Amino acid sequence: MNSRYAAWAVGLAALIALPFVYREPYHLHILVLILIWSFAYTSWSIMGRFGLVSLGHGGFMGVGAYVTALLWNHLDITPWIGIPLSMVAAGLLALVVAYPCFRFRITGHYFVLVTLALSGIVLQVITATRDYTGGSLGYTPNRAPSGRGLLALQFDDKTTWYLIALGVWVVGLLIWRWVDRSMSRYAMEAISEDEDAAAAAGVNVTAEKLKITLISALMTALAGALYCQYQMFISPDTVSGIAVSLQMVFAVIVGGLYVSLGPTIGAIITILLAEGLRIGFGTKAVGWDNLVYGVLLVVFIIFLPKGILGSVLDRLKPQPKPSGTK
Amino acid sequence: MQAFLDTFDIYLLEAVVNGILLGGVLALLALGLNLIFGVIDVTWICYAELVMIGMYGMYYMVQVFGLPYWAAAPIAILLVAALGAALHYIVIAPLLTAPPINQLLATGGVLFILQSFATVAFGIDFRNLGIRLPVLAIGDMHFSYSRLLAFVAALLGMLAIYFFMKRTYTGTAIRAVAQDRQIMSLMGVDTKRIYLITSALGGALAGLAACLLVLQYDVHPFVGLSFGPITFLICVLGGLGNFVGGFIAAFVFAQIISLGGLYSDLEWGYVLAFAFFIVMMFIRPAGLLARRS
Repeated sequence: MNSRYAAWAVGLAALIALPFVYREPYHLHILVLILIWSFAYTSWSIMGRFGLVSLGHGGFMGVGAYVTALLWNHLDITPWIGIPLSMVAAGLLALVVAYPCFRFRITGHYFVLVTLALSGIVLQVITATRDYTGGSLGYTPNRAPSGRGLLALQFDDKTTWYLIALGVWVVGLLIWRWVDRSMSRYAMEAISEDEDAAAAAGVNVTAEKLKITLISALMTALAGALYCQYQMFISPDTVSGIAVSLQMVFAVIVGGLYVSLGPTIGAIITILLAEGLRIGFGTKAVGWDNLVYGVLLVVFIIFLPKGILGSVLDRLKPQPKPSGTK
Repeated sequence: MQAFLDTFDIYLLEAVVNGILLGGVLALLALGLNLIFGVIDVTWICYAELVMIGMYGMYYMVQVFGLPYWAAAPIAILLVAALGAALHYIVIAPLLTAPPINQLLATGGVLFILQSFATVAFGIDFRNLGIRLPVLAIGDMHFSYSRLLAFVAALLGMLAIYFFMKRTYTGTAIRAVAQDRQIMSLMGVDTKRIYLITSALGGALAGLAACLLVLQYDVHPFVGLSFGPITFLICVLGGLGNFVGGFIAAFVFAQIISLGGLYSDLEWGYVLAFAFFIVMMFIRPAGLLARRS
């Protein structure tokens, strides 16, 4: 186990040192995007791995991004306060939708369709309130006056953003690990096998599911807010809606749903794929990246449901002995 | 007649009637989705995208190849039916034994494929048939013939499905498979064939909806997103796989959207419908017609 911690520490140190050694802005930009989306995908996988497949995370991400930007532009509330507020808003939304679902045992297909509608509705609300949000044309947070970038959480420096995104990403992995080691994990696994049996064994099904959903929604909103602050431009299509939700599912499935670094691998693959197509085909690439995503998603679900990292780890792992201990 | 019209707000009445007309098409979409869910136990997330492909088919046949509308419509229906069967054969069939969520996510992948295929192949411009049907005026109210036609054709389509299910051997077999998947294969019914036929039927319903919607709306690659989510809400509210529930829920939702759109933008109609849906989930979580256990 110690060698494992050492590997993590060395890897992390290398990642922190990277921007001070290597300063190519475009590559740093790609890295920041990968880290932010990895965090978003990780937050999806926290509930996705227990069979709670949500297609509403595009909605939570949209709420995170838009509430932060709207508070800053219209009410002059700094993102330092706005981001927590936006997370609270996304959390409330999650509770309002998820509570009846869990209380009344809406699972499987039903749950997916309800959450799918949720992300569709958030998109509609953003489009409908176009007087404030700019509708489908997108929205830009106001530039802070020079010297007050810290207050507005706006930095021109890529290195700063890289370190912020790296920190958040590590926190995301720690939360994943914390859930993985907690009693909730066993409760959630029991629930995903058989809800009635879990309830009979003394698991509070509704409360456990709500807890996981809430953690996941809060993290997703944070990812949305960070994306907004970093890109300084958001549009309903890039941070909310069904396409974003499906993109999260896709990346996590490709990377590996049941391993902590799976979503990160998924983010690396999807973003490099999109950028590669964009550079290779130029403006003709519009649509091609999603076409490749879609084909890959179908192929992966049919042939490699554990994802790339999950399957590789399965191969590397020695076959468990019948009565072996960990 | 005039006295009757005076007592009601004319716009309110017009919105109510338009809501009923919209409900017909939504009910058609919900029926297709329910049919597939009821028989195969799969949800096609990409259902509205099949409609979108059908609408493009209509556009190309009518505008580019110059076919008359009545000749193009059956071809479009057959095209989408074939697409539905292909979707089942290529994507769903290999996954039938996998966890249900995987099947659903795979159709999510197909949604991506169809949307981006349309973007790549047809571009992102808004296109329409260029057929403008006249407007029917009763008193001060105006209804477009395209909506009336859509409503009537949707009802006829649903009736046809009803008789097919009740009167033919294949229809009976489909209903039997919906009731018990395992037993029917022991009874000598080829479930693979039934699944394929059901998928084609579901596709045909999407194709019919496409022929009707293309008269009212412009086609673009993301048109599916404007009525896909609402179709899923309808199916869940009516109870997945429950045909009658889906039918009623379609009209309830259509009224909410139509009346909501009367007082504000159309998007707010959708938002209202979603709020209503959440409330209904507290009251009737298993669908409108579910029996309380």
